[in-house]
Amino acid sequence: MSRRKAAVLRSLLLVAAAAFIIFGASRGEVDTVFTKAVNICLECIGIG
Amino acid sequence: MAEFLQKIRNRMRLIVQVGFTALTNGYVLGFIKGKIYKGPTKALCVPGLNCYSCPGALGACPIGSLQAVLGSRNYRFSFYIIGFLIFIGSLIGRFVCGWLCPFGLIQDLLYKIPFFRNRKRKNLPGHKWLVWLKYVILVVFVILMPMFYVDIIGQGSPWFCQFICPSGTLTAGIPLVLLNEDLRGAIGFLFAWKAAILAAVVLLSIMVYRPFCKYLCPLGAIYGLFNPIALYRYQVDETKCNRCGSCQRACKMDIRVWETPNSRECIRCGDCIKSCKRGAICTTMKKNKEKEQE
Repeated sequence: MSRRKAAVLRSLLLVAAAAFIIFGASRGEVDTVFTKAVNICLECIGIG
Repeated sequence: MAEFLQKIRNRMRLIVQVGFTALTNGYVLGFIKGKIYKGPTKALCVPGLNCYSCPGALGACPIGSLQAVLGSRNYRFSFYIIGFLIFIGSLIGRFVCGWLCPFGLIQDLLYKIPFFRNRKRKNLPGHKWLVWLKYVILVVFVILMPMFYVDIIGQGSPWFCQFICPSGTLTAGIPLVLLNEDLRGAIGFLFAWKAAILAAVVLLSIMVYRPFCKYLCPLGAIYGLFNPIALYRYQVDETKCNRCGSCQRACKMDIRVWETPNSRECIRCGDCIKSCKRGAICTTMKKNKEKEQE
């Protein structure tokens, strides 16, 4: 892939990523992550 | 003084790995009390594979979080986590694996153990095919199973964390079970299964360089896709390169750097750059600096 194409694709991906993060946060995904992360994940540690 | 600075430069990757691991797992109280951190930073993902149930963890594991959202009955797609992975991947790709991942650091240290010195090798037999296993794990255990294999209320399990992830067993399972009596009483077959996987990965890591990253890690599989277009890339100067192969001999991921400097398997450790006597390999960052100086 040429450098120019890579740069264009990267810019598009970064813009899409920012939009995804904002949209995901706005619809409450952050709360799901937070709730999961502040409780001991029994599956992760091999108990649940 | 110059010698000291050179020593630091030579060990820069190890210093960054240790520093970043300490920074993102700095909740010391967790290791003392056998509990996990519950502060607001837990809503944010860290770039590397870092179990959020590690007593010291200050952030969330992106792979664990992805499964949590996909497996939640409220969502069928995670814009927040996918966006985060695209963002980090587009900027630095698998630089995360080489410099910022705690489990990568653990495997690097294990490979330095001088046991099995005569049996140390870069790859497992069947390496060419085994590298695809991490993509199968990503699709089946991280995406499809949590999304579609759900319980009666529509909740999926984090299949990768539950049945495969040795990082969770080592950095969260073992410390918590040792420190917390209630959890100790609850261990059973699943814990034994995960401990067996961890033992296999640890033993293999002493003989083979980063077997988990090469063959099993779904996070490395995702970031690897971004290596060819990430802002931080490697470049080979065709006018300087004589294809001597010294870069591949130095590369513990066994990449033919002169052909594919931005291979999906490259973890950006920089060994190829150090090994090239003709200075034919450089990073996009260094090249940009040179341009600015001109």
